[in-house]
Amino acid sequence: MSSRRSRSRQSGGSRITDDQINDLVIKLQQLLPEIRNRHSDKVSAAKVLQETCNYIRSLHREVDDLSERLSELLATTDNAQAAIIRSLLMQ
Amino acid sequence: MNSSHLNPSSSLKSRFTTRFLRALTRINARKPISPSSPREIFQRYRRIKVAADKSMASSVRSRRTWSRATLWKLRSRSCLQLASLGRRRSVKTSTITSRQAIMKKTSHEIENKTTTEEDHQDRFVGQADKLRELVPGGEAMDLCNLLDETAHYIKCLTTQVQLMRKIVDFYSL
Repeated sequence: MSSRRSRSRQSGGSRITDDQINDLVIKLQQLLPEIRNRHSDKVSAAKVLQETCNYIRSLHREVDDLSERLSELLATTDNAQAAIIRSLLMQ
Repeated sequence: MNSSHLNPSSSLKSRFTTRFLRALTRINARKPISPSSPREIFQRYRRIKVAADKSMASSVRSRRTWSRATLWKLRSRSCLQLASLGRRRSVKTSTITSRQAIMKKTSHEIENKTTTEEDHQDRFVGQADKLRELVPGGEAMDLCNLLDETAHYIKCLTTQVQLMRKIVDFYSL
């Protein structure tokens, strides 16, 4: 019991209310593509966190995959195109 | 600079794109002996991935804990690589792994004690710990900050993926 109290005291001393946590969880829910489409309010916080972990992992995989493709593409493209692309994207 | 007040995400996008393209031209400028060998491609892939993460973290600067943690991690990793060229790196890596072991140990202790807790925050401590592993710098955050940082991290990751896709499309023309 004392360990529980000491642990909550360690969290910076500020009162973290349930409402705050719920608001943050709802904010996260809005960012997730799958849960957003279901339009359901009854998604539990644990489910939102679980989906968040899965989503972050899939984003990491996408970055890996895109980096691989870029690496293969760079082998065949020359420098002039990079300068052209940068000028196009900077408009 | 007025546009950055109206639409902060567009200035983030342009900062990331500038940095990342600059890094790409630098990576491309290295003339290896065999540019299309699998090993060369793999090394380039690693450099590109690091450049992408670093470009995004640099564009966010130090405003966020996760970006600070990413930049710190990348800088210390490059220092380690330089140090390992001639010297033993066992000392440094053992301190890092022992820190991770300490983090894992405390999270296990917290998990074992929460099976009968009625405190709402403890309901998702298990998931929160998994999240802590995924978000840079997550181990040191309390739940509130963790959720806040995660939201921002996801926004920046999706921007990064979106811009990298555009660049890949350009190069594929």
